[in-house]
Amino acid sequence: MSNNDSPIKSTGLHIGEAAPGCKKTDPMLVIDHVKKSFGGLTAVDVEHLEIPKNAITALIGPNGAGKTTLFNLLTGFDTPDTGAWEFLGTSLSGVPSYKVAQMGQVRTFQLTKALSLLTVLDNMKLGSKNQVGESIFRALFPGSWRKQDAEIELKAIELLKRFNLDAKQADFAASLSGGQRKLLEMARALMTDPVLVMLDEPMAGVNPALTQSLLGHVLNLKKEGMTVLFVEHDMHMVRHIADWVVVMAEGKVVAEGPPETVMNEQAVIDAYLGAHQDTDLGVVTGRISIIDQEKDK
Amino acid sequence: MDWGTIINNTLAGLLTPTTIAFALAALGLAMHFGFAGLLNFGIAGFMAIGAYGYAISVLTFGFPWWGGMIVGIIGSILFAILLGIPTLRLRGDYLAIVTIAAAEIVRLLFLTTAFTDVTGSADGLFGYNNAGGFTNANPFPPGSYGWGPWTYNSETLWVLTFGLGVLAVCVWFLWALMRSPWGRVIKGIREDEEAIRALGKNVFAYKLQALIIGGIFGGMGGIIFAAFANVSPGVYVTSITFFIWTSLLLGGAATIWGPVIGAVIFWTLQAFLSNILPELALAGILPVSGTQAATLRFVLVGIGLMLLVIYRPQGIFGDKRELTFVK
Repeated sequence: MSNNDSPIKSTGLHIGEAAPGCKKTDPMLVIDHVKKSFGGLTAVDVEHLEIPKNAITALIGPNGAGKTTLFNLLTGFDTPDTGAWEFLGTSLSGVPSYKVAQMGQVRTFQLTKALSLLTVLDNMKLGSKNQVGESIFRALFPGSWRKQDAEIELKAIELLKRFNLDAKQADFAASLSGGQRKLLEMARALMTDPVLVMLDEPMAGVNPALTQSLLGHVLNLKKEGMTVLFVEHDMHMVRHIADWVVVMAEGKVVAEGPPETVMNEQAVIDAYLGAHQDTDLGVVTGRISIIDQEKDK
Repeated sequence: MDWGTIINNTLAGLLTPTTIAFALAALGLAMHFGFAGLLNFGIAGFMAIGAYGYAISVLTFGFPWWGGMIVGIIGSILFAILLGIPTLRLRGDYLAIVTIAAAEIVRLLFLTTAFTDVTGSADGLFGYNNAGGFTNANPFPPGSYGWGPWTYNSETLWVLTFGLGVLAVCVWFLWALMRSPWGRVIKGIREDEEAIRALGKNVFAYKLQALIIGGIFGGMGGIIFAAFANVSPGVYVTSITFFIWTSLLLGGAATIWGPVIGAVIFWTLQAFLSNILPELALAGILPVSGTQAATLRFVLVGIGLMLLVIYRPQGIFGDKRELTFVK
């Protein structure tokens, strides 16, 4: 992908006005009244949110807005106090995280989780679903899994090539650089043949050149028919690749819409993009009420 | 100083039923800690359950020897499940605390006088090898076998052969599992269980399976130990757990042969120290009494364990890159 290419944006994703909680023409995830508190602090309190299918949705917001917590709730890594959410029409409330992943909803982590003392290739092969040899009884009979394992290996090498990691396949993942680990984690997630890919800050700590190739990979996911939901602080990237932007602050969805419009909303600029970058989060509370005031006008 | 006896006794330590029993237990710990990352400090409890399961079912319920051994194995499986269900959802360090406590509970249950009829309390149990027919199953006619330090009577030879057979099966089993995709998931869980969960694997089920497999190996260790000596509650103390840990770390936690070779080195070294230290004390080189000298070896084991963890955490056979303690 070159710098000049502007990716084709998906449009017509929503029904009615692009306001927080607006309906989508073809939602993949539907979230209702999901609330999670840690002690006295309400980390997430989402009334209604729909994530459009086959599009790239960015989740942005200041630190502590509840983006990662929402990720954890949606993937079953954490349980909400109340609320329900559906993935392709199936309720996911109370479903353990590994089953969520088996349904095709895969995630990466903000702090990259490369399996350090496994080789890069083994890291990849672990991603593949429905492996015969992962059952303890059949594991003892190599005849039952050897063929499938060889196929998985081919697929893994193919993906590693795409992510420029094929030269590293025999090395321990511990020997990879931070950026390469991000790539490995994304590639490993793709081994599961997901329909929804959830990336938690895929660009954090990655150098500009690698960012460019990571962007290309994310766009490719959409081209291949997957849906992407990602948390990111890099506004340049959000503007460049996202089809839809959801803005969170203090656990709530405060704005959503296509990147061009959302990012020009005064409320978003104030709350997040930095009209007063040096003011602390406490002041944000005051500004969010401004959003409401402006809507009232 | 009688160097001949010292060397002879040391070399004899290379191959004894005790060495085999501890190699099996260390193999179980390799499954738990080395591959699955489960900090089990209660391996002595698994051994005790294997040994008592065998002895009690023969003496109290009249099982044949092989039936008793199967009961011992089933006992270790149940112990693993009982231990695993409440603790495997917790963080690793909590498992360590719970296992060390559970092993002590098991030992005290066998020690208490409340069940003397069944467990023999502090006297332990004996005579089950004859009663259950294990001694009669000996295919070797009475006599003396082997040469030099490795001279055995037919009974010891039978236990050795049986123990080596069991050890070989267990080593093969562990090897076969760890080269499979199942083993890959287990090693992945050791590295980061959240990442494995995010890839759609039922981490809890895998951890429980690993705990059971390692538990069976530990139970088999207890059974082999019981097939040679009496079953006594004084054996399955916490220090035994740490001897097994030392053997494992000596050989290399995340290896197949490491725990076996580690156990052999450990018990050979023990034999050497328990022979040479009293001799040194007798010769006036060590300024302590003979009994004190014999216990000095445990001090040396402790120091050895510390040095090992600091300077060679991957053990003798471990991959240099694979420092199990370094994350």
